[in-house]
Amino acid sequence: MNGEPEVHEEFEARLKAYEGRSAAATGVGRDPVNEPMIRHWCEAMGDTSPAYTGPDAIAPPTMLQAWTMAGLTSRPERTAAYDELLTLLDESGHHAVVATDCEQEYLRPLRPGDEITFDSVIESVSGRKATKLGAGYFVTTRTDVRANGEPAGTHRFRILKYAPAHRSSKPAERRPRPVVNRDNAGFWEGVARHALLIQRCTTCTTLRFPWLPGCGTCGSPDWDTVEASGEGRVYSYVVMHHPPFPAFEPPYAVGLIELAEGVRIVSNVVGVPYDKVRIGMPVRLEFRRYDDELVLPVFQGVTP
Amino acid sequence: MRAGDRLPPLEIPVTRTLIVAGAIASRDYQDVHHDPDLARQKGSPDIFMNILTTNGLVGRYITDHFGPRAQLRRVAIRLGAPNHPGDTMVLTGTVEEVDGDTATVRVVGANGLGEHVTGTVTVRVPA
Repeated sequence: MNGEPEVHEEFEARLKAYEGRSAAATGVGRDPVNEPMIRHWCEAMGDTSPAYTGPDAIAPPTMLQAWTMAGLTSRPERTAAYDELLTLLDESGHHAVVATDCEQEYLRPLRPGDEITFDSVIESVSGRKATKLGAGYFVTTRTDVRANGEPAGTHRFRILKYAPAHRSSKPAERRPRPVVNRDNAGFWEGVARHALLIQRCTTCTTLRFPWLPGCGTCGSPDWDTVEASGEGRVYSYVVMHHPPFPAFEPPYAVGLIELAEGVRIVSNVVGVPYDKVRIGMPVRLEFRRYDDELVLPVFQGVTP
Repeated sequence: MRAGDRLPPLEIPVTRTLIVAGAIASRDYQDVHHDPDLARQKGSPDIFMNILTTNGLVGRYITDHFGPRAQLRRVAIRLGAPNHPGDTMVLTGTVEEVDGDTATVRVVGANGLGEHVTGTVTVRVPA
């Protein structure tokens, strides 16, 4: 799209001209209100209300719009005006669509056998809005639904027609950097030469991880290090699904690994499917390079 | 039924099956509700729940609480953070106003990303 403001204004004026025009004229529901569609809906929603079964069943009121949906077929009721408006938006790059608002009023219950008809009007077209998904325009339609010719409900629906902000075209995100400070610098120096170092108190010999300035057992500030053998097992784990963070591809397993030396470390469990990770699973340390400056210790799962 | 009453929360695991079953039950074949590749091409990390399913779940939340005699009068919702597979949506509700046998309930459905849905439901509960 051209970014000149006056071009936006001219385009917005063209869109605004569709306000008040019909979007769907004398649409006819593809099927009358019927028990199988009600049952599929209730199964999907987990809705076990007895109001929707039996001889006096009504349809769930929130199905109002479902009776007007075209499914995979074409929409003969859609007007040329609405097609033109959507084409204008498509051709200007706003080809993606997402529903944002729905407002339904129910005037009478719908029952199996009711024949559905409907009309729809374009209530409003917004100015250009920046959204997380991309810039676009909100289009609001109002639909009047009738059952056997009687008013049964109204339904206001707002969609966003937008130009997707392509995430894939951005440079690959890098993993977050570790915070390296005076207290843990020795650990990261070890990682850089592929050694996982555990602190050891030189006063009471207690091992400690993660790295800290003093011993949690005797309080001594004196320490040296031992290098982990690399053997360990999954003490506990979680599988990350959502939210996805940059540079991470969920789902993946994050383990609390108990090293053979007895201390525990949090890291990724790799090399086995995320859903095959189990408590007690043996793991072996390896070092993986994630980019030109980041090497991390991770744990290869050993499946039986 | 009094203003200020809180409805017990309802947890909805957002599975791929729920998203697809809800889309089909509402005759909504938009690709972003069943095809992960096409959803990604449109800037979404995965498929996401369609608004008709959210609307149906909000309606169910209210009638589950007020019982089968409750009559929905109006459901008005606005979507925010999408419902992706693997997430959990927790619906909560507060009675905002009571007029005779009719209540207005404010509903919020929160997931791991934030507020998926906010809205109000008007429901008549005959004595």
